[in-house]
Amino acid sequence: MYLQNVISTSLKRLSLCLLAFLTLSGTSAMAGDTIKVGVLHSLSGTMAISETTLKDTVLMMIDAQNAKGGLLGKKLEAVVVDPASNWPLFAEKARELIEQKKVDVVFGCWTSVSRKSVLPVFEELNGLLFYPVQYEGEESSKNVFYTGAAPNQQAIPAVDYLMNDIGVKRWVLAGTDYVYPRTTNKILESYLKIKGVADEDIMINYTPFGHSDWQSIVSDIKKFGSTGVKTAVVSTINGDANVPFYKELGNQGLSAEDIPVVAFSVGEEELSGLDTKPLVGHLAAWNYFMSVDTPENAAFIKEWKAFIKDDDRVTNDPMEATYIGFKMWVKAVEKVGTTEVDKVEPAMLGMRTPNLTGGIAVMNKNHHLSKPVLIGEIQEDGQFETVWETDGVVWGDAWTDFLPGSKDLAANWGPELRCGNFNRKTGKCSGTVY
Amino acid sequence: MVNGKSQLLLNRAWLSVFLMLIGCLLTIAQAQSGTNTVEAVVSQDAFTELIHQLRDAKLRKKPALVKQLGELQDTRVEAVLQALLDGRLYYTKDDRRAVVFKENSEKGYRITDVVSGTLIGEIGKRQAKKIGVNNTLRRILRSKLAELKLDSDASEERLKAVKALSQKMDARLGHLLRDRLPGEEDDDVRAVMSLAIAILDVRGQDTGLRLDAIEILATDLSSNIRNTLNDLLRTNADGSFAETDKAVLEAATDALKKIDRQVWLYGLVETLFFGLSLGSVLALSAIGLAITFGVMGVINMAHGELMMVGAYTTYVIQQLMPNYQDSFILVAIPAAFLVSALLGICIERGVIRFLYGRPLETLLATFGISLILQQTVRSIFSPLNRSVSTPSWMSGSLEINSVLSLTLNRLYIIAFALIVFGLLLMVLKKTRLGLQVRAVSQNRSMAKAMGIRSERVDALTFGLGSGIAGVAGVALSQLTNVGPNLGQSYIVDSFMVVVFGGVGNLWGTLISGMSLGVANKILEPFAGAVLAKILILVAIILFIQIRPRGLFPQKGRAAED
Repeated sequence: MYLQNVISTSLKRLSLCLLAFLTLSGTSAMAGDTIKVGVLHSLSGTMAISETTLKDTVLMMIDAQNAKGGLLGKKLEAVVVDPASNWPLFAEKARELIEQKKVDVVFGCWTSVSRKSVLPVFEELNGLLFYPVQYEGEESSKNVFYTGAAPNQQAIPAVDYLMNDIGVKRWVLAGTDYVYPRTTNKILESYLKIKGVADEDIMINYTPFGHSDWQSIVSDIKKFGSTGVKTAVVSTINGDANVPFYKELGNQGLSAEDIPVVAFSVGEEELSGLDTKPLVGHLAAWNYFMSVDTPENAAFIKEWKAFIKDDDRVTNDPMEATYIGFKMWVKAVEKVGTTEVDKVEPAMLGMRTPNLTGGIAVMNKNHHLSKPVLIGEIQEDGQFETVWETDGVVWGDAWTDFLPGSKDLAANWGPELRCGNFNRKTGKCSGTVY
Repeated sequence: MVNGKSQLLLNRAWLSVFLMLIGCLLTIAQAQSGTNTVEAVVSQDAFTELIHQLRDAKLRKKPALVKQLGELQDTRVEAVLQALLDGRLYYTKDDRRAVVFKENSEKGYRITDVVSGTLIGEIGKRQAKKIGVNNTLRRILRSKLAELKLDSDASEERLKAVKALSQKMDARLGHLLRDRLPGEEDDDVRAVMSLAIAILDVRGQDTGLRLDAIEILATDLSSNIRNTLNDLLRTNADGSFAETDKAVLEAATDALKKIDRQVWLYGLVETLFFGLSLGSVLALSAIGLAITFGVMGVINMAHGELMMVGAYTTYVIQQLMPNYQDSFILVAIPAAFLVSALLGICIERGVIRFLYGRPLETLLATFGISLILQQTVRSIFSPLNRSVSTPSWMSGSLEINSVLSLTLNRLYIIAFALIVFGLLLMVLKKTRLGLQVRAVSQNRSMAKAMGIRSERVDALTFGLGSGIAGVAGVALSQLTNVGPNLGQSYIVDSFMVVVFGGVGNLWGTLISGMSLGVANKILEPFAGAVLAKILILVAIILFIQIRPRGLFPQKGRAAED
């Protein structure tokens, strides 16, 4: 009786083992057929408004690549997860993508806090993340490529334009109360002071996420700007709060000719949910506008509209950043013939690919791109008209030169240094602190 | 070879003589028909030439062209500059010759030739391209247009023109205004003109003239005038005044003091208005909750989403009535009420009625409903925000003077909140439903014993509260984003208002909403938006410690359960 039991249990175990082995080998065989691309963008919650577009962009790029015959003879397969605008969930989902789904690369994140949340996961598991949004800098990780703008590719040129071309002497730095606006405004404040702007000519204002009652702030801005000296607002106001802000500007009769607002978080996508009449003439600084007239851009817009099956959908800067990142990754994988992170990452350095505005984007050794900077005025149709652009491309600086703690730091992932935060003064790489 | 060349030259000479002859004949003919025509021909050429340059020029070159255009004595200039400013000046892509005015039409654009003034016809949107303008150009256009409109027949236009010009006074503009002042008939325009001239006079040398000018300036509160006076009081590096004329200095100091006092007073009025308008939004979003939470005792976490549904109803109505951009909102108000009320009744019948007397479960269940509603909206309308346009009669502001202007949409919302409040009060106090609602909320079993169908009353009460949330959503669609997260940002505030005002008391809700709004706006300039909100919350917590039942506690038997 006892023996029988033992035999039957061991038989059961054996069969289970066999079954497990079979399924395992089956999945690994399947994994060999495709290259998996993880998409880590919120599809629900507050950030869904911006991030779903980027998910669709990645899917479109994958479709296009597969139509060309895939990559390394294999098809690309998208693995989409929804971190639901929940920052800790971003880290969990990133782990799931790399450990369980075995993806070869991840395109994802929007807010800085979500990026900070997944960063330790990507470094621990040696994953590869392409981050496509303009951000505050002060970071360079071996496992992340930053294809959005660093502050010196967006904020600083915008301020230069206002100062030199428009003659602005008084500044309002208005932002939402979180890490990106606070860091950017710190950088800008120190930059303005270096340029000789007095303390009383800078007004800094922070508002909570989703702030909707802008009456007194706009009225303060109006008073601040009525001293007869040219005043401008540099806005790092994020997401939803922009709509009531611009509405209030319009209602209180502040036109772009009196006090222009230059925004770093308002693009075509945000404007499409807005009545743009009162906004005409206000500015935004980006590396890409949908209105840029180049054959590459026209083709991209056509492809996008066909993919999303909606003729009214717009394209925007983070989409271009996703596009550039994807193209570069494909090229790097083709170059080294594998998707292994340790081989792809060095191959990415110095990678060149045409951007959509008619130039060539270059991936630098600090994992940031060189891109042109454009400043556009909002038009009545919700598009931007470029009023100023840099002569060539601007090199993305991971560590700004205008903050005391960061001006000595440099990032260089080339073979000579392999460090994301090299201190030029002490000659040391501090390694773990980003 | 040589012969051929000279032959050619000879031919050319003949040709030019011939052309000159024709030209002379034409000129004579024109001179006979009217003496001005020759000039017109010349200026037409310059006009056409400039218009074509404007079409091809880069943004940086355009200001100079606009200035040249402004100096032409041509009646078409004003219309062209106005069209350029309004973004209605286009050129056709295929034959880059025509520069046109554009109007939207069904097929695309209806275009009119700028030079000849003739209607060309309709073309598709992709066939025409706009002539771009930027802020610098817009500013120049506005001042050029203002100069052109100085001689307009309408006194309104002249007033606007002088006001615009007075922002940047210089000697040339001074002459323009001085020439026109004696002939001006409209009193308002005269006053603004003399103000503008006073800005110049005060910078002059003649002490008497300057003192007179200061006296005129002291009557106005505009920022450019304050700046002019401030300039007089500018100090040197050592702290002494740059101005040496004692009398002028004194007069300017007095004038500024007088102006500052008034500005301060109007500032107070403005803060009060801001506070009341924020308060009316708070009250509006809380009134519905005051019914469901206050009267029925249901903690409805989906209240914010009912507002969101109201806002989306507004959006849908707007989409359904594309030709009634000014009146769709009047249809949207009852529609939003009905949709939200029906949804509310469904929620009450489907979920809440099983949970009466179990506040924790109600809270969780309604929170679940709120998430379901949010995601449903996301699936139907996409997660992107939808734009609800503001009717033209609601945009802009009511300008009382140059420091105080009340934004119209806020004014309407204050009035709207009061009307909704009044109507609700009427319903509760004067109708049969109201009587039943009050009866059930005070003593359910007694009401039942009196023959009131308490379940039906519950459903209707919840529907009423939800419907009012929907109406609040219509108001919010005019102020903020219409998106899936609309409700979340208001739910906490609404509960705060109801608790502070005293649960179960409508007047309390109104007064607490208004006072929280005003307190918030008084704090905001000093503390900043983030801190102001925190301070208000802390104040409410402290207040609730002292008076747990809020501002207006319920009295009598109802208060005791």
